[in-house]
Amino acid sequence: MAILLKEHTKVMVQGLGKEGQFHAEKMLECGTKVVAGIRPGKAGQDVLGIPCFNTVADAKAATGANASIIFVPSPFAADAVMEAIDAELELVVLITEGIPTLDMVKVKNKLKNSKTNLIGPNCPGIITPGVGKMGILPVSIFMPGKCGVISRSGTLTYEVAAQLTAVGIGQSTCIGIGGDPVIGTSHRDALEMFNNDPDTDMVALIGEIGGTDEEIAAEYIKNHMTKPVVAFIAGSTAPKGKRMGHAGAIIAGGKGTAAEKKEALRAAGVAVADSPADVGVTAKRILEG
Amino acid sequence: MKIHEYQAKEIFAKYGIPVPEGQMVTEVGDVRRFFEEKGGPVVVKAQIHAGGRGKGGGVKFTPTVEEAEQAAKDIMGMTLITHQTGPEGKLVQRLLVEKAANIDREMYLGFVMDRETSRVAIIASTEGGVEIEKVAAETPEKIIKIWIDPAVGLMPFQAREVCFKLGLEGTAFKGGVKMLQNLYRMFVEEDASMAEINPMIVTKEGEAMALDAKVNFDDNAAFRQKHHVELRDISEEDPLEVEASKFDLNYIKLDGKVGCMVNGAGLAMATMDLIKQCGSEPANFLDVGGSASAEGVENAFRILMSDKDVKCVLINIFGGIVRCDKVANGVVEAIRNIGNVEVPIVVRLEGTNAKEGLEIINNSGLNFHTAQGFADAAKKAADLAEGIGGA
Ligand SMILES: Nc1ncnc2c1ncn2[C@@H]1O[C@H](COP(=O)(O)OP(=O)(O)O)[C@@H](O)[C@H]1O
Ligand SMILES: [Mg+2]
Repeated sequence: MAILLKEHTKVMVQGLGKEGQFHAEKMLECGTKVVAGIRPGKAGQDVLGIPCFNTVADAKAATGANASIIFVPSPFAADAVMEAIDAELELVVLITEGIPTLDMVKVKNKLKNSKTNLIGPNCPGIITPGVGKMGILPVSIFMPGKCGVISRSGTLTYEVAAQLTAVGIGQSTCIGIGGDPVIGTSHRDALEMFNNDPDTDMVALIGEIGGTDEEIAAEYIKNHMTKPVVAFIAGSTAPKGKRMGHAGAIIAGGKGTAAEKKEALRAAGVAVADSPADVGVTAKRILEG
Repeated sequence: MKIHEYQAKEIFAKYGIPVPEGQMVTEVGDVRRFFEEKGGPVVVKAQIHAGGRGKGGGVKFTPTVEEAEQAAKDIMGMTLITHQTGPEGKLVQRLLVEKAANIDREMYLGFVMDRETSRVAIIASTEGGVEIEKVAAETPEKIIKIWIDPAVGLMPFQAREVCFKLGLEGTAFKGGVKMLQNLYRMFVEEDASMAEINPMIVTKEGEAMALDAKVNFDDNAAFRQKHHVELRDISEEDPLEVEASKFDLNYIKLDGKVGCMVNGAGLAMATMDLIKQCGSEPANFLDVGGSASAEGVENAFRILMSDKDVKCVLINIFGGIVRCDKVANGVVEAIRNIGNVEVPIVVRLEGTNAKEGLEIINNSGLNFHTAQGFADAAKKAADLAEGIGGA
């Protein structure tokens, strides 16, 4: 039954501006239950047939929504997430990029001991093929299947998902966890969820330079993972001290190199593809033993 | 965003963190004036966006006015090479002249974003003046680390704990505690991503003071830190990167021959990796962003073309919400607008409307090399750049 985004997931949209509306429509098209929109001061109005509410709590009470996708601009995004956490939503997907790190530090603190799983920020979102999506991912490249996908990036996630579709494996759930230094759900968190999901047979982990998230994931895999994992780490050619697009993708203080991450994953028994074009075939080879 | 030491020290002073009295100068003659007005000895310091200046000869202690003037002449205009500048070094265009402090002890104090805990961490050490990474690697027991709860901020007991562990006493202890609290206030109010004082010192007079100051700001917070714009020194940045940033393009200059244009940072890095595996080197990192608009593609192309090392361009676009046919039109239009593009261009389109996109490319009458898949694209581009085969 996949993870996080499931049949019972009822979604509200925070930030129903131009971008929010565009993606809400795409989400509806692929079967996602989008039941409410948040537009402070505009309660009672309809957008795309979606009823709007002043607050997250109002929307939850009226529609039974248990999840939210956020497109609110970066200066106001942290406030929007706090509101969703406060309303005890199960799942919040934060698409917005460019949120100040110190705002995310506060959000992350509030997430502790809360009932909410946060994905993002600065991410493409989550898709459970055949069930729905919360995010901006292109539905056509996905196929219901058995491989969980976790990735820090957007288009590289699509690249890998398309490969998994091409080799006939498909995806149980695909999560873009985001490229910022402070994110809600880490590689390790997502691995644990996939490990406990009966519908996931294997996991593809797409990491990149910077931080130690992949090393922590490797530690978890070594000690707890019962399913095979394939991986690719982007940024082998990235020079030290230069930020490769994502705020989190930087080799600083000699730490966070691709080589270290690959080594940690290999030591944990992960099949690490050296080429980003080989993740699909590597997955197939492993699944067929 | 990086700023100079003298700018960081001005901010420190505003937040009540003691720094030596000093002045930024762009004219060598002003060093003499400073010395005569304030008295010596003084320290003359190169202002570049990199540390390790002392070892590289960019920081000089001068007891007499003549020596100060000589040091200023020597340092101004020199190309300073340190472990943080890369082998090409950095041209010195500004100096900081400041009163020399009577150093009793040098220590290290830094505030950083700790990703593992998602908190601001204080890192301190009795081993000051040296590279902190080295201390952490060789003598980790000499690193003091404390994490700050964002809900309550830096508590006085935490500041005291750090200062006790640094072995501070008396007035230096009191000053140290205050310095930590003020530095945290600065970090939060200015949206810093890093603040480092190396060395933090105790003077012979028993005062805690910041002798060096390195501060980076969080670019994401620029919208609420408007005054930081004035602190930017673009002469410290790569000119092509500055040009790219005007168009909201994410560009980083590298040393290879294959110019890369990719949508998305992760895919852009993966493309660079694959080019290297195919036997060439990427000339740059370039993320044209999720929308990959015609205008964005054109600006990106101009930047790639102004890099004379580029022998081949690889365009790798994975269409998602953005349709490949739209991107293809943008690419064709961009190249027509720029005119006489002589380097070979390899195009790989995948995802939404990739087939329609390739048709546009093939029917454009322009000399594109189209590729089947990611691996094929990288191989073709690498071979063309290296002059292998006739690809
Ligand atoms: N105002 C000053 N008075 C006395 N000594 C100084 C002063 N400024 C710097 N120094 C000395 O020079 C060394 C290097 O200067 P610093 O500002 O740390 O530059 P960097 O870290 O780039 O080498 C310091 O560790 C300190 O010993
Ligand atoms: Mg220093």
